[in-house]
Amino acid sequence: MTGTTDPVTESEPTTRWSADEMMSIAAARSLRDGQACFVGIGLPSTAANLARRLHAPHLVLIYESGTLDTRPDELPLSIGDGILAESALSVVSVPEIFNYWLQPGRIDIGFLSGAQIDRFANINTTVIGEYDEPAVRLPGSGGAPEIAASCREVIVVMRHRMRAFVEQVDFVTSVGHGSGPLDRQILGLRGAGPVRVITDLGVLEPDPDTSELVLTALHHGVTVEQVRAETGWPLEVSADLMITAAPSTTELETLRSMRTVGSGES
Amino acid sequence: MAKIVSLPQAVSELVHDGDTVALEGFTHLIPFAAGHEIIRQGRRGLTLVRMTPDLIYDQLIGAGCAAKLVFSWGGNPGVGSLHRMRDALATGWPAPLEIEEHSHAGMANRYVAGASGLPFAVLRGYAGTDLPLHTSTISTVECPFTGERLAAVAALNPDVTVVHAQRADRAGNVQLWGITGVQKEAVLAARRSLVTVEEIVDELTPVPGAVVLPGWVLDAVAVAPRGAAPSYAHGYYDRDNAAYRRWDAISRDREAFTRWLTTLEEAA
Repeated sequence: MTGTTDPVTESEPTTRWSADEMMSIAAARSLRDGQACFVGIGLPSTAANLARRLHAPHLVLIYESGTLDTRPDELPLSIGDGILAESALSVVSVPEIFNYWLQPGRIDIGFLSGAQIDRFANINTTVIGEYDEPAVRLPGSGGAPEIAASCREVIVVMRHRMRAFVEQVDFVTSVGHGSGPLDRQILGLRGAGPVRVITDLGVLEPDPDTSELVLTALHHGVTVEQVRAETGWPLEVSADLMITAAPSTTELETLRSMRTVGSGES
Repeated sequence: MAKIVSLPQAVSELVHDGDTVALEGFTHLIPFAAGHEIIRQGRRGLTLVRMTPDLIYDQLIGAGCAAKLVFSWGGNPGVGSLHRMRDALATGWPAPLEIEEHSHAGMANRYVAGASGLPFAVLRGYAGTDLPLHTSTISTVECPFTGERLAAVAALNPDVTVVHAQRADRAGNVQLWGITGVQKEAVLAARRSLVTVEEIVDELTPVPGAVVLPGWVLDAVAVAPRGAAPSYAHGYYDRDNAAYRRWDAISRDREAFTRWLTTLEEAA
């Protein structure tokens, strides 16, 4: 919960913000300065780069293309954009990034997204439907299975929709908490797994006893009913339900000032 | 020993129908020119291997070159799906496509095993995921020292690996830098190899962090200026993100794709 309920020292902005902006800002707040963070492309990359521009200037960003401690001025469109290599402390090979940096458990936070997530925070980025005859073929695993397995903690950021927040994922691409609290240990997974799922509606965290995702924070202006209407299992609500502080002017202005490499073309 | 030859000659001599072919490159230095030459020469029945199949594999699949895809992430990065790949998987157009699917860590280690002359690699991976249920080249092995159960993946040894690099010298020694991905392992794992380069120079000035592939482990080097475009060549040209975005509309529609293919074939 750290970060999602930090008091905002500045006054609330006069302009409104979108649910996506609230999600990116809440996700950025959940990262602490100095952490080493293995970043997926898209929403996680946006949030991690926002955190680096706000409260976490020493956040160590690592992308699976082998760029270690990279500090891009603009957001990369792809995981291997040149801007990531140019601004990196070091660029290592792909076998090295996985074998030497991720696998031994050196990375604090794995920052992931997905097409589906279930009540035990297992993630699917492979197929919707049956594997052999899928309704939708998704890109596949990438680095996610081992990021989810080996980082000390995993934070997931994704839009909260009924089709994405399902009782059980169609395909386990990356293990969250399996089917309950003992599964990670039985499987030999050494990281703690998903500790927080940040959406455009609120924050879900695994219950300490059951590992099932429960609602622990609502974003400013969102209701429990709205979240339940977009969740595919009977969502429990934490007794200590928090309200995420609204975005500050600085947070919004910083987020809106970040542009993606090559945008404005085409 | 690397021969310095034209790209059409290199593809003609090194890439055969039915081969297992890896065209590697992690966003950077993707061998587009070589892939286009494979399309022009009408290769069929290829097993295409790559960690991150993107536009060039979408094009090869749409052109009917591939029978199988071995991969770990298939998409148009930051844009969306590979629609030619999806069409081939869903409907078999223009040819049925089999898949063998891994994670990045698994694929990277398969190349490492292949480059190391080992039959398999060991890693902490795949535990609890559904991938081993569908992929026969994923298994487990017991550590002989601790008894720990670990993932094992079969070595990858492509018939031919194709990569793009910044430059080579006249003896065919190749130098590449920036994000170098898994290219060194993919070349050393292969039975044959082809490197396309931006330019041939008299002397390879050392570059920090560069990978150098000695000419004596390569079969052919071919000059292909802008041969990685619309991906990029660090120090030479930037990634054309607009082209990646434009590909989405071409790829979505068989007719638009067929027109694109005709233009490519006529541009020989």
